[in-house]
Amino acid sequence: MKINVNGKSHTINVSANPTLLEVLREQLELTGTKYGCGEAACGACRVMMDGTAVPACITPAVSAQGKDITTIEGLEKNGKLHPVQEAFLEEDVFQCAYCASGMIVSAVALLERNASPSREEIIEAMNGNICRCCTYPQIMAAIEKAKTSKA
Amino acid sequence: MPLENPTSNMKNDFSGNSRRAFLKQVGLGLGTFVLYSDLIAFPSDQRKIEEEDSIASFIHVAEDGHITAYSGKTEVGQNIRTSLAQVVAEELRVPFEMVDMVLADTKLTPYDRGTTGSRTTPQMSLTLRKAAATLREMLKEEASDSWQIGKTSLSLEGGAIAHPSNGKRLTYAELANGKRLFEPYRDNVELTPVNEWKIAGTSVPKARGRDYVTGKHKYVSDLSLPNMQYGKILRPPVYGAKLKSLDISQVKSMEGVQVVRNGDFVGVTAPDATTASQALALLDASWDSKEHVSRKNLFDHLVKHANLSEKELEFEALNGFEDRLEQEFHIDYISHVPLETRVGVAEWDDDELTVWTGTQKPFGVQEDLCNEFSISKAKVRVITPDTGSGYGGKHTAEAGVEAAKLAKGVEKPVKVQWTREEEFKWAYFRPAGVIQVKSALESNGNLGAWQFHNFNSGGSGMQTPYRVKEKQEKYHRSDTPLRQGSYRALASTANVFAIESQMTDLAYYLKEDSLAFRLRHLDDPRMKDVLIAAAEKFHWENKLPQGRGKGLGCGYVKGGYVATFAEVAFDKESQKVVVKRLVTAFECGAIIHPKHLKSQVVGCVLQGLGGALFEAVDFEDGKINNASLSTYRVPKFSDIPEVEVVLLNRKDLDPAGAGEAPILGVAPAIRNAILDASGKRINRLPMIPDGKV
Repeated sequence: MKINVNGKSHTINVSANPTLLEVLREQLELTGTKYGCGEAACGACRVMMDGTAVPACITPAVSAQGKDITTIEGLEKNGKLHPVQEAFLEEDVFQCAYCASGMIVSAVALLERNASPSREEIIEAMNGNICRCCTYPQIMAAIEKAKTSKA
Repeated sequence: MPLENPTSNMKNDFSGNSRRAFLKQVGLGLGTFVLYSDLIAFPSDQRKIEEEDSIASFIHVAEDGHITAYSGKTEVGQNIRTSLAQVVAEELRVPFEMVDMVLADTKLTPYDRGTTGSRTTPQMSLTLRKAAATLREMLKEEASDSWQIGKTSLSLEGGAIAHPSNGKRLTYAELANGKRLFEPYRDNVELTPVNEWKIAGTSVPKARGRDYVTGKHKYVSDLSLPNMQYGKILRPPVYGAKLKSLDISQVKSMEGVQVVRNGDFVGVTAPDATTASQALALLDASWDSKEHVSRKNLFDHLVKHANLSEKELEFEALNGFEDRLEQEFHIDYISHVPLETRVGVAEWDDDELTVWTGTQKPFGVQEDLCNEFSISKAKVRVITPDTGSGYGGKHTAEAGVEAAKLAKGVEKPVKVQWTREEEFKWAYFRPAGVIQVKSALESNGNLGAWQFHNFNSGGSGMQTPYRVKEKQEKYHRSDTPLRQGSYRALASTANVFAIESQMTDLAYYLKEDSLAFRLRHLDDPRMKDVLIAAAEKFHWENKLPQGRGKGLGCGYVKGGYVATFAEVAFDKESQKVVVKRLVTAFECGAIIHPKHLKSQVVGCVLQGLGGALFEAVDFEDGKINNASLSTYRVPKFSDIPEVEVVLLNRKDLDPAGAGEAPILGVAPAIRNAILDASGKRINRLPMIPDGKV
């Protein structure tokens, strides 16, 4: 089977019916997307599927056929960070940063469908992403910054 | 060009059994460790001494002047990769970017007991400062000697000394061309005064920060080796169960699947994780089980099984007082929930073992592996790449040991990554406890007697900071139904919760302002300072509208002083409580990195919010009922109130750690604010699992 990840077509093996997360990490070596809970409750595995942030840990790889998948690795273009990545870096948001990929992907998906979300809208969109180090205020600040820089 | 960090490159393994062998190879291959011949000249006993306290143990200077500093500490999100490099750069007078840290590798870094107890900043950072400062002074001495110029007239910039008149330069790289790097660092070397800090004390960007926002950083869970198999471990259905029988017939035919069994240890491996999980599910095992204590009997059990005599609970000083307050506090088990679950990758090369695993104690894990396989330390290397958090929960590395067992059995490299369910069930918990506090007031309103007994959860932070005539503070071990261990700030969170609840209740009894009551019982000016700073920021004196309440809590542990003030909203009809605002003042001596320090304070306070309000491990008959992130609730964006932090920078005091102490104030502050708003005393953690009093 073929899937389209970060603008490239890849042939993958789905004989064991793996999740999209397993395929990305084990077969395509795109390890930026993380395992956190296996039940779509933490957001660490979020990738964009046709522009929407989805949990790769409960998404069967076969269901990704014909969709455009973007992972954290696909956000940087020609060595230039995505504005959301730039904002997270400038704000020096993270501690252990294990949640970083999922946070950034969720934030990118949010700002792509709503360029100027309110605080409440940010919380609603991001609430499925857990930062166990609890850097939530810094993440909010980075999203506010990305919002402003995009505008 | 920066020296390649061996911990970031799995293939970059150096042969030879000692760290010294590595140094030799680095010296010959990459840098300027021109100490090879000198080493050979040393008798072995001298070498051993030098290895432990020599500058070379901690700092390496490459030919291009790039500096690598070594520490056995682990980066688990405290941002020590940044703060340690800062102090080294500061003492060496080189740009921050010129210093790279190699951390937590038993082969490359000096022995370290573990990244625990907030010791990295007061101890490791100080050692690195001394090693770096010694190197700096040696460079000055070298220049002074060869140029016949007084040492005090020399200054260093960008890692070099320039001769004032003839244009000559002397750099660390040139200095490293001699055996002096193997001199011990000088314990009494003059350190750069905090007031003169230019790199330390500033918020430099997080080391390797870009790798985290691009997904490039390789956590252990991201590593893979050629021909690596994915391993899964068979777990009993309840704690303590013994394997009665095992039928592996269903997995025998599965392609690439292997089963490893050694007594009760049973695991499967497969070329991919999906197949490994499927094979595990097809193992047919039966188990013997035993009786278990459940959560509903927990607190009775802890008191009943405490190791003490009735006499130990007597405290005569309490007798004879009219005004006495006796309370009992109950503390549930909570889970660390590190977002990266336990992971290990293990590879055997003949009888030599390398294990990559996320742990706060790589050298401890090395010992565990030596014991497990009866091999010497020289044969075992443990590497801990910067890890997906710990909070005291990763003092062990079970997945690393399991991976090594499976790798030995299948004779291939193996990765074991725990599922979230395994992490909830088979890691250890913050101890549950019962705390009994009895106190008495003198007729003048001063504390006359104070008795504090902690059952099971621990003695850390148990000592009251308040002036009291007679006191008795005891911790009693008990029989813990669940596996328990370290957690951020240890038992201090529970103990300070009890102390600070009791203090507020005494102030209420006296109808005295609870801040004033504390201040008049405090002697330690540092504790007073954080209380006053937080009170000012919070505007403690302001009256709140109906339905709002305010409270405070303060504490001290491991060199850090904290005061947190909370405001809550209480709805009488629904009985619901919402935390609206948390103001925290924190002081831990001189500040090395203001932004990262603030982040630690915020992180502690908000993580503490979970244990204060709703986190609890629910267990019954040897099983955990809420072993998932959809059933065990941790703080999320929607739980976060307005958070403000005041940092007090005491440049006259040595820096201390900040990853633990700031968690202390949040639970009592909220408890006392709920009391203010609702009149209800909630003497348990968590306080409001369903959001209601």
